[in-house]
Amino acid sequence: MLAGKVAVVTGGSRGIGRAIAVTLAQAGADVAIFYAGNRQAAEETVGQIQAAGRKALALQVDVSNSEQVDAAFKEVLAAFDRIDILVNNAGITRDNLLMRMKEEDWDQVINTNLKGVFLCTKAVTRPMMKQRKGRIINISSVVGVAGNPGQANYVAAKAGVIGLTKTTAKELASRGITVNAIAPGFIETDMTAVLPEDLKRQMLDQIPLGRFGSVEDVAEAVKFLASDAAGYITGQTIHVDGGMVTA
Amino acid sequence: MAENTFERVKKIIVEHLDVDPAEVTLEASVKDDLGADSLDVVDLIMQFEDEFGLEISDEEAEKISTVGDIVSYIEQKQQ
Ligand SMILES: NC(=O)c1ccc[n+]([C@@H]2O[C@H](COP(=O)([O-])OP(=O)(O)OC[C@H]3O[C@@H](n4cnc5c(N)ncnc54)[C@H](OP(=O)(O)O)[C@@H]3O)[C@@H](O)[C@H]2O)c1
Repeated sequence: MLAGKVAVVTGGSRGIGRAIAVTLAQAGADVAIFYAGNRQAAEETVGQIQAAGRKALALQVDVSNSEQVDAAFKEVLAAFDRIDILVNNAGITRDNLLMRMKEEDWDQVINTNLKGVFLCTKAVTRPMMKQRKGRIINISSVVGVAGNPGQANYVAAKAGVIGLTKTTAKELASRGITVNAIAPGFIETDMTAVLPEDLKRQMLDQIPLGRFGSVEDVAEAVKFLASDAAGYITGQTIHVDGGMVTA
Repeated sequence: MAENTFERVKKIIVEHLDVDPAEVTLEASVKDDLGADSLDVVDLIMQFEDEFGLEISDEEAEKISTVGDIVSYIEQKQQ
């Protein structure tokens, strides 16, 4: 399905990003992952990509730092020669009520979750424009659509990603590059493992399909958007949320 | 040398913008006369970079308006 393609997955060391990286590799793509600092986890992902018979590269990159991002994409191009798929998945949370939210919590989340998408997207437009083809998939969140108390910074960033997705899609459409977002609901990862049990039970009540999502649920949607089968879809946000938000 | 650069630039413009070679004069404005949109300009710059093995910064690219600007810029860089 993706044989001969090269993918970059940011935040590919753990959670949703790892599942995306491994799923794309199983579909035939060589995969480079970016991670923040968790080298051991990154190496585990590399092992899983290689176990699928594909080439892998793990780079420690802060996606909010333009110099590091530019250098990293150069390294990927030097190693793999092309980039067909970019998945902007790296993300963090610094939850608090707006009244209590510190300025640095706001800045860190916006810089990683929104500016990071901008910087990585900018870095791949050149090689993708030259190839006259490309797939950019941004991981947003249902809370970016619906809002969520205690996550003003995160929600603002995720809503921003949806706007960025629509605009980038329109700018790059004439060059054969599609840009879409995925809005996961509640997915079981390290990010959600820290939430209190009663909150989780409360969330479960709001999910029509009656279960939390798995990282594979998200990865399968990414695989589809990355494939040739999704060639006529651009500027869209696909919810992978068990029916949680239907707007 | 001068003609050589011009001919190479012209060839890229003709192929990329699908215009009549006769329209690609040194005085022609890439956007107004040859109909390039801003994305075409970015695209052309990338192709000139490849063809001539140089790097054109965003600030420099913004100053380019006519085909002549491109040719003199490239020749200046190559010296
Ligand atoms: N889990 C959910 O329920 C859920 C729901 C909706 C949306 N999402 C979104 O899905 C994405 C993945 O979430 P997850 O649950 O898989 O998160 P996670 O398990 O916490 O993993 C986060 C990943 O991002 C990387 N990362 C963090 N900051 C980075 C930076 N500045 N530069 C580069 N990489 C960085 C981490 O690298 P290290 O391993 O090195 O720290 C890690 O690979 C995020 O964008 C998140 O907002 C998640």
